[in-house]
Amino acid sequence: MLDRDEDILKAAEDWQKAGRGVALATVVETWGSAPRPAGSSLVINDEGTFLGSVSGGCVEGAVVTEAMDVIQSGKPRMLEFGVADETAWNVGLSCGGTIRVFVEKVG
Amino acid sequence: MKLAILHELNAERAARRPAILVTDTENGEQRLVKSADFAKDPLRAELDKQLRMGKSGNVEAGGKKLFLNVYAPTAKLVIVGAVHISQALAPLARSLGYDVTVVDPRTAFASPERFPDIPLVAEWPDTALPPLNVDAYTAFVAVTHDPKIDDPALLHAFERNCFYIGALGSRKTHAKRGDRLRAQGAKDTDIARIHAPIGLAIGAVSPSEIAVSIMAEITAVLRLPPKEKEEAA
Repeated sequence: MLDRDEDILKAAEDWQKAGRGVALATVVETWGSAPRPAGSSLVINDEGTFLGSVSGGCVEGAVVTEAMDVIQSGKPRMLEFGVADETAWNVGLSCGGTIRVFVEKVG
Repeated sequence: MKLAILHELNAERAARRPAILVTDTENGEQRLVKSADFAKDPLRAELDKQLRMGKSGNVEAGGKKLFLNVYAPTAKLVIVGAVHISQALAPLARSLGYDVTVVDPRTAFASPERFPDIPLVAEWPDTALPPLNVDAYTAFVAVTHDPKIDDPALLHAFERNCFYIGALGSRKTHAKRGDRLRAQGAKDTDIARIHAPIGLAIGAVSPSEIAVSIMAEITAVLRLPPKEKEEAA
């Protein structure tokens, strides 16, 4: 039931303490048949290693790329993915839903 | 997320205490609200509701768009009594996301053949229960029909403030149980917390149907707001 993010936040803390740049991406809103519910999250470090998922695989690649920028700039950003999105051909959600993902730096 | 907040959040999660992370998604400002602080928080109604549903979501407050990320511990179900009902109840509870443990000192009952893949503790409650860390995110059911096993288990459940406590038995059996537990120091408010006869009244007959009625009752206690909860009981 509530067993999500089991190791993700622990990894975020461990990576940050080990001196890595770390970002956290969290699904904050979903419309339609989104693959993962609000609150689902993904942690990424500056080596590109990530844990968790925000869409079950559909848009993780794009989220990781954006997260790299966020680690650099330190500024959070909101990403939106869905079939109506211009990037849908590349990284859209095949299920037809839309999700908003908040990406923030840790630390 | 600031490292201090992350650290605090991980500590709450490790201690199996619920917390909600409030994020202003416009500017990234965040604060962590621990369950102990819900009552004095300006967003208490929203926090309570989201936590009860175990669901993260957005609210608007003071012109700000806030994301409430709910971190609730995985609920546990402790079943005392490796009986026929438990054989149906354990896998059903697991499919609903509970961490399930079955306790029964009678090894003929608590056998892996009868409970494939379910954690079993074939010990008396006094030995079996303390290591299970029964807590406020635990539903607790006693279904052996044997006072020697059920009674000490129920006393443990009172002490640990389980969110749900249920015990098998008719009203008559339950009245006797109340007397016995009181004699062992239980308060009337403790006794009143026991759902007995166990389960919602859905006319359940078979062990599997009784398992459904028990899980329905546990779900209602977990999810419904206090007033509707009384009406359902």
